[in-house]
Amino acid sequence: MASIHTAQELDTWRESLAAKVNPDLPLITVCGGTGCRVYGSEQVWTAFQDELTNQKADARLNYDVKVTGCHGFCEKGPLVVIRPQGIMYTNVKVSDVAEIVGETIAKNKVIERLLYVDPQTNEEIKCEQDVPFYKHQHRLILGLNGLLDPTRIEEYISQGGFDSLKKVLTSLSPDDVIEEMKKSGLRGRGGAGFPTGFKWELCRQQPGDVKYVICNADEGDPGAYMDRSIMEGNPHLVLEGMIIGAYAMGAKQGYVYIRNEYPLAVKHLRLAISQAEDVGLLGENILDSGFDFTVKIKLGSGAFVCGEETALIASIEGQIGEPRPRPPYPAEFGLWGKPTNINNVKSWASVPIIIDKGSDWYASIGTETSKGTVIFSVVGNINNTGLVEVPIGISLRELIFDIGGGIPNGKSFKAAQIGGPSGGCIPAEHLDIPIDYESLQSLGAIMGSGGLVVADEDTCMVDFAAYFMRFTQEESCGKCVPCRVGTKAMLETLERICAGDGRPGDVDYLIELGEEIKRSSLCGLGQTAPNPVLSTIRYFRDEYEAHIVDKTCPAKVCKGLITYSVIEENCTGCMVCLRNCPEGAIQGKKKEVHVIDAAICTRCGMCMSVCKFDAILVE
Amino acid sequence: MSEELVRLKIDDIDVRVPKGTKVVDAAKQAGIDIPVFCHHPKIESVGMCRMCLVEIGTPKRDRSTGEKLLDEGGQPQIEFWPKLETSCTTPVSEGMVVKVSSEKAIEGRKQILEFLLTSHPLDCPICDKGGECSLQDLVMEHGSGESRFLLEDKKHQDKHVQLGDLIVLDRERCIQCARCIRFQKEVAGDPVLAFAERGRNIEIVTFSDPGFNSYFSGNTTDICPVGALTTVDFRFGARSWEMDATASICTHCPVGCNLMLNTRREARANGRQVIKRVMPRQNEQVNEIWICDKGRFAHHFATSEERLTKPLVRIDGKLIETSWKKALEHAAEGLKAAGEGVVGLASGRVSNEDLFNFHTLLKSVGGRAILSDSQAGGELVQQVGVGKGTDLGALGAGDAILVIASDLHEEAPIWWQRVMGAAKRGATLVVANARKTRLDDYAGHVVRYRYQEAARTGLGLLQAITGAKDLSKFASDEPLKSAAKALTEAENLVIFCGVEGLTYAESKSLSDVCAAILVETKNVGRAQNGLIAVWPKNNTQGAWDMGLRPAEGDLEKAFADAKAVYIMAVDPVGDDPSLAESLEGDRFLVVQELFMTPTAELADVVLPAQSFVEREGTFTSGERRVQRFYPAVKALGETKADWRIITSLAASLGIELEDSSAAAVFLQIAEETEAYAEINYQSLAEFEEQWPPVGEEDLYYGGTTFKNRQGLGVQVAPAAEQDQSLKIQWSAPPEFKGKKGYLLVPVVELYNRGATVMPSENLHPRLASPVLWMSLKDAKSIGVIQGAQVELLLDGRTEELQAIAEEGIPEGVVLLGRGLGVPIAEPQYVEVRLKA
Repeated sequence: MASIHTAQELDTWRESLAAKVNPDLPLITVCGGTGCRVYGSEQVWTAFQDELTNQKADARLNYDVKVTGCHGFCEKGPLVVIRPQGIMYTNVKVSDVAEIVGETIAKNKVIERLLYVDPQTNEEIKCEQDVPFYKHQHRLILGLNGLLDPTRIEEYISQGGFDSLKKVLTSLSPDDVIEEMKKSGLRGRGGAGFPTGFKWELCRQQPGDVKYVICNADEGDPGAYMDRSIMEGNPHLVLEGMIIGAYAMGAKQGYVYIRNEYPLAVKHLRLAISQAEDVGLLGENILDSGFDFTVKIKLGSGAFVCGEETALIASIEGQIGEPRPRPPYPAEFGLWGKPTNINNVKSWASVPIIIDKGSDWYASIGTETSKGTVIFSVVGNINNTGLVEVPIGISLRELIFDIGGGIPNGKSFKAAQIGGPSGGCIPAEHLDIPIDYESLQSLGAIMGSGGLVVADEDTCMVDFAAYFMRFTQEESCGKCVPCRVGTKAMLETLERICAGDGRPGDVDYLIELGEEIKRSSLCGLGQTAPNPVLSTIRYFRDEYEAHIVDKTCPAKVCKGLITYSVIEENCTGCMVCLRNCPEGAIQGKKKEVHVIDAAICTRCGMCMSVCKFDAILVE
Repeated sequence: MSEELVRLKIDDIDVRVPKGTKVVDAAKQAGIDIPVFCHHPKIESVGMCRMCLVEIGTPKRDRSTGEKLLDEGGQPQIEFWPKLETSCTTPVSEGMVVKVSSEKAIEGRKQILEFLLTSHPLDCPICDKGGECSLQDLVMEHGSGESRFLLEDKKHQDKHVQLGDLIVLDRERCIQCARCIRFQKEVAGDPVLAFAERGRNIEIVTFSDPGFNSYFSGNTTDICPVGALTTVDFRFGARSWEMDATASICTHCPVGCNLMLNTRREARANGRQVIKRVMPRQNEQVNEIWICDKGRFAHHFATSEERLTKPLVRIDGKLIETSWKKALEHAAEGLKAAGEGVVGLASGRVSNEDLFNFHTLLKSVGGRAILSDSQAGGELVQQVGVGKGTDLGALGAGDAILVIASDLHEEAPIWWQRVMGAAKRGATLVVANARKTRLDDYAGHVVRYRYQEAARTGLGLLQAITGAKDLSKFASDEPLKSAAKALTEAENLVIFCGVEGLTYAESKSLSDVCAAILVETKNVGRAQNGLIAVWPKNNTQGAWDMGLRPAEGDLEKAFADAKAVYIMAVDPVGDDPSLAESLEGDRFLVVQELFMTPTAELADVVLPAQSFVEREGTFTSGERRVQRFYPAVKALGETKADWRIITSLAASLGIELEDSSAAAVFLQIAEETEAYAEINYQSLAEFEEQWPPVGEEDLYYGGTTFKNRQGLGVQVAPAAEQDQSLKIQWSAPPEFKGKKGYLLVPVVELYNRGATVMPSENLHPRLASPVLWMSLKDAKSIGVIQGAQVELLLDGRTEELQAIAEEGIPEGVVLLGRGLGVPIAEPQYVEVRLKA
């Protein structure tokens, strides 16, 4: 590995790295994101390597194969992309590898059965960039994720990595950097959307020699995994952003607060830090600028509240991870009482891009008040589960239908929960709103850190709200009364409603509780915890009332409000349901209509799922 | 806190408070009560209960110029913050507008209250806190009158959790404000409580062994805003409104903590008043709003059934009850017969009035009045004691404190706590002792010397400070040098001089040196500077001021030379059985006591005295503050106040002493004692408003510590305030001879097994054990394994003890707690061997 002391040496190294690349050599990139790994992408990669070793004897075939970060299209993993053509294969198995090498690499023949089929048109699509899932995205932060081997700093550098740092250290003053950030309009991607440049300026203006920058990688929203994927797939981008930020604010020490449940991200980040230290891009006198900076990793233990900045700071300090009141803000009184700047992984990762392409260019993406791109992890009842990076301002409809491929099984869209457990739901009638900070807020949701859960028509919104409430209630640290007691009171009320014990006035009571918790809680967790409930009440109050007044669950989800029965005319007496019922609640004889005993039935739905004759009715 | 004043408006009232003040405290100063639970003015705010929510607005400013924007009327436009804010965490700022009574704020607080009641059992009728509970008060004021939470829906938890031997937790009543946790961490220095679990399941737990291991645990029951924490002493004992309250002063150590005794007449005490609980009474310059657990729980001796209730005279070798008249006549005869050969011995446990009369009586008969407390330096405190107006609570950065030959944590816990507080605020703390003590943890400089070298170490410090040539043989290197530098550089210097491991002669030498250091560094004659002797008794300084002097290490000879001995409030035989011999025989012995002590058992006449709860009087604290205490309960049997017994005895001897009242005795003290000249019972009863307010209607704010309306006492000025040219001559330390075996050093343990502790059964599980502490190396050479029985040979007797080896104990030394059943007067060489 090279040792880089000056900007010149960085350029020279980059050129030499570029020179080593054979543009004619086929490159197979296997997605190494967590989703694809679960599907077996590591084995696929090994198979490609084995194939290479085995075939080397005849020397006619040569190719390069590497594991990259998450490609985003997790629904179809393991994903394999073959370059330079850009052919994308989906759901690749180990058994497909020999064929891919034999056909595509050797003969440049496309294997059609591995191609993505657009469910709208039923057409096979050959290249990654033509897949609708990718076509409508604007992948800035995730841009290199599918291309780099994240365990090698050389790959990042050969792709232009650390060029922004070079630009900053050789030609920009700290104030220039902050000015660029302010002009870019970047807003904190952790969810609150505070203008990053202003935040940096506040920290820079604080007196004192010791300051800290922290990368908040304590991603905790259920279903959100973009921060994880960035750190797994391109950790150097985050580091470069942090170094630039530290230079601008005058910090010499940085911390990455990352949860221990992300072992691959931790591993890649550790590697990235040690490699950057080895080549001299972290440490003393970086690129001969006189600027020193080091980064340490602090592992979190998975408490959701530790994503709150003051709790995160307490945790780094070795205290119990609980928030404290602000002001003073971390910019004045942060880690160990020193001025501290905390940004989310995506915010830090945006920094090198802004410096590289310029603030004007960056500000040209997005809306009047919300600039740049935003990453969503799209999960729930949607065809194309995955990570999506779009310009801010794109409509929810585009995101769900064009990129997300719509709702599976021909069901209809009911609502999307944006912003995780701190956010709110957006119903079908607002599908055309632009996704930006202000619009989302006006509808009772938030941008949050990018979790997007799609609910279809079979989703009970009371149950849906209770799910998120259960999450925040369990994650409440218990420090302040409204969150500690109030979230539990809300959850108990919701559970009561779902169980069929709702009382008149419960909905107003939930609203009252929710508003109080929001305005009186200590930290962001409590201040946003009621949002899922309040927004579902806002758009689906009739569903709540149906539970309470009519004692029915319109979506037929809440067990306390539904009964299973046998439709006599459809039942053939096949006994399949009877045998499968775990409670022994079904009585009947062969070729006779079966009966479900509601007193024994636990509403598990097993009979319905095994019945081949649509003879089970739930109501 | 900066003195820069900030102006703000709270509910339309203009307020000016120092910068940095929190809104809740600013409101309090303006007479506006914002309810709080977690906030306590003595503890760092955390903003967790959210009870103090208010609306806060600040002047709107032009973003580009930073200028305040004005409305049409020329007044600043106020921009209100979007959410309700906790007034306990928000510092005031210029032009701020606070709405405490707006509908939004009231509604917000009301809902917080409702949240708190979702687990609260509302068992006020059986709760100890009932009547002085802030939750109860606030619910009465703000509560809706009906609950939307059914009792079955409430969270039910354990109601009798024994956190420690002294404190019980009711988890249902607990509102998780963390006042107790934070008090233990920030104020007490014993972080032994914490929350376990999280979210709705958080609960207070203790993680020390034994549980809730702290000498300050009782204070948590005062600041607990609900009835979650109760003491085993008072729990289910009485309702707060049934009790009378009488001001008193603690008699367990020289700090002089201000107390309030809560009493009630009880049928089971035959209709007598009994002490139900001992509470702290605010005196910010003495004990602030705290007391230690010994002061709170070890009060039962004062009303013990074991007390002497009738005079006794020895007839045919037996002590039998008699009348006061006969007893006094008999005593007077015996004393008269002795002529000038009367020796009086008294301790600093009793009041100035008692000691003054005692001294006067002995002076009148030509006898000698000896102070039993064997520690020197009382006259030095009179000269260079801390200046008038001294407040340890105000010491901080730039100041220094030297603690030498004392383990303050055991000897005077509240001083320990206040010294620790000063160190935390930035004062330089120098701790010099022969062994590790808890204060070391907060010390900037730890000076470790060998036992018997305390005075030499002091001289080494003096040498480093003055560079005097005649002291050159005491010169020493680090860490003494840097410690001396710290003492020299300090703006203010207070020295705590103890007596651990010292003979009287050493104590004399060490206190001289301490006084000399103060004089040389010019840290005398003004507030926040001077010498504090860590006396063995609460009123030892008063005894010095009343004219008593120690026997300088030769009590035995004093007794042997006497024809009659008059002993008050001390048990020399119990402390040193070898003295029995010198008191027996023809010598006429009068003992004035609370209990039938080993000394009293030898007496010809025993006179039953009153305890401090039955009478009035004054004590002079180690900081030389004269303070009054008042009668709280009716006197037991025929007991009388010590000063009055002496007056009667004097009358029988034909000597006229003041007999009308304690106040009148004090007038005589003031007449004859220059330093006390300006003091009388009226001036001692004067008080002023103190911050923070406690014990008021708003019990939530400062807790149930009593407000001081009975007198803050008067601090006596040392002579150095008048005499700037004061010189102190240092004295050379004594040489030690006959070193053989192990040096047995008596040390102080707070919970000893003395007569003033044992009657309090609650403390029994916490009492110190008679254990011989030794170094690991010595244990090995004696062949001791941890906990083994050893034999200690001293004064010709053999004591059997358990031995425990511990790090931090010097070699060649064995330590034994005082008052644990093995009498030891002074350090002495002993033989230690493994029990066969």
